[in-house]
Amino acid sequence: MTSVSLKVVAAGVATTVQDLGRPGFAHLGVPRSGALDRPAAALANRLVGNSVDAAVLEVTLGGLALRTDAGCWVAVTGAAVPISVGGRPGAYAEAQWLPAGATLALGTPASGVRSYVAVAGGIAVDPVLGSRSTDTLSAIGPAPLVAGAVLPVGAGRSPVALDTPPRREADGLRLHPGPRPEWFATDALDRLCDGRWTVLPASDRVGLRLTGEPLVRREGELASEGMVLGAVQVPPDGRPVVFLADHPTTGGYPVVAVVDPADLWQCAQLRPGEAVSFRRGARA
Amino acid sequence: MAGPTVRACGPRALLVEVDSAEGAAMLARWARTAGLAAGDVVPAACTVLFDDVDDPERLRTRLADWSPSSEVPAGPLVELPTSYDGPDLGFVAAHWGVDEAEVVARHTGLEFVSAFCGFAPGFAYLTGLPEEWAVPRLASPRARVPAGSVGLAGGYCGVYPTASPGGWRLLGRTDAPLWDLARDEPALLAPGTRVRFVAAA
Repeated sequence: MTSVSLKVVAAGVATTVQDLGRPGFAHLGVPRSGALDRPAAALANRLVGNSVDAAVLEVTLGGLALRTDAGCWVAVTGAAVPISVGGRPGAYAEAQWLPAGATLALGTPASGVRSYVAVAGGIAVDPVLGSRSTDTLSAIGPAPLVAGAVLPVGAGRSPVALDTPPRREADGLRLHPGPRPEWFATDALDRLCDGRWTVLPASDRVGLRLTGEPLVRREGELASEGMVLGAVQVPPDGRPVVFLADHPTTGGYPVVAVVDPADLWQCAQLRPGEAVSFRRGARA
Repeated sequence: MAGPTVRACGPRALLVEVDSAEGAAMLARWARTAGLAAGDVVPAACTVLFDDVDDPERLRTRLADWSPSSEVPAGPLVELPTSYDGPDLGFVAAHWGVDEAEVVARHTGLEFVSAFCGFAPGFAYLTGLPEEWAVPRLASPRARVPAGSVGLAGGYCGVYPTASPGGWRLLGRTDAPLWDLARDEPALLAPGTRVRFVAAA
């Protein structure tokens, strides 16, 4: 079987290799990392016949171009972008054949933030602590993509049945109560759910930063404690931060709520200036 | 005993309150040796987070068995050869009201325990410094502290695994490999590890 490698022709503003991340090392201070929009990454992998743990490329606001030295199956999911395959228009969220020497190019998404590119066989950079993910907080794993870099691809299989991307829900991210209610007014969760929140430009793979009517909290700081994925931390200025995959493993600001794991992928696709709402989760 | 205070932290995690960093390290170590089911067990200053838990109710039941007097096997002992030539050795000596040789004697005479990691991958907060020897942090942190720097802040001792900004009072340096991603256990001072500093010639 021919081995495939991909040459980075254009890296885009921020493209990283991501898989399911490296959970299990938080006690050593190592973030879990991994694709922010996990359903999108999983769909891209399924479309090209990969297992769910294969490494994909997480592309922030498009702009990626890759040239392959051998024919391979590719798929693009997540934020919908104009796609060009060997100079012709390609399809979003479908397996497509990229012939030897051809270039896959992503334009700019009209909405959403992060697109995912899967290649049959997966991106085969060397794993670090069991994962191929780039951790942007502590610089563990492969470096972010740069033009000229060459990415090895693993042995691929053929694509399987068609699948469809999930739709973002308009009625808000489901919240579970946080562990520190005594740090907030009793109606803090209601205020979070009733409030109008806007995504700030400083949002990244570490956290989704929000602005709106500030939440009222006790002054001071907690002794640092372990933080979960999706924790809604409230710094002294009352503007909540939703912790995403590269979040620090511990933190000293109280957590008012936790976003339901099933809704977290939506945070990967919210743009600066976009509105966000919350609602109470179905489960207790 | 009713067991420790346990708080839900979303649908798949529990945050357990203990009264000290030593208690957190003991509980985390007990949880690992007792085989409690959690993807991540994260001790901190006075809590332990159990994350990626499939069955939080069952974990709650198991946690009720724990008390601070539960038997926990001692962690491995690591000796760190250290050159005591740090820029804050004089400050610490003045703060303790002793000479620099006595600072070295006191620091090498203690057995520390890695209570938890934080701040950076592999950065261990070492407990074991007597309360009356606590030292304040620098008012403004240094832009770059070299890897291997041994420092004190508050009641903790720490060793920088990689170069980074930092505000700890630096006593010296060690060449011990504190952080190596190629090892199965990348952190030399994982929580529970006992640590002794040895003055290098």
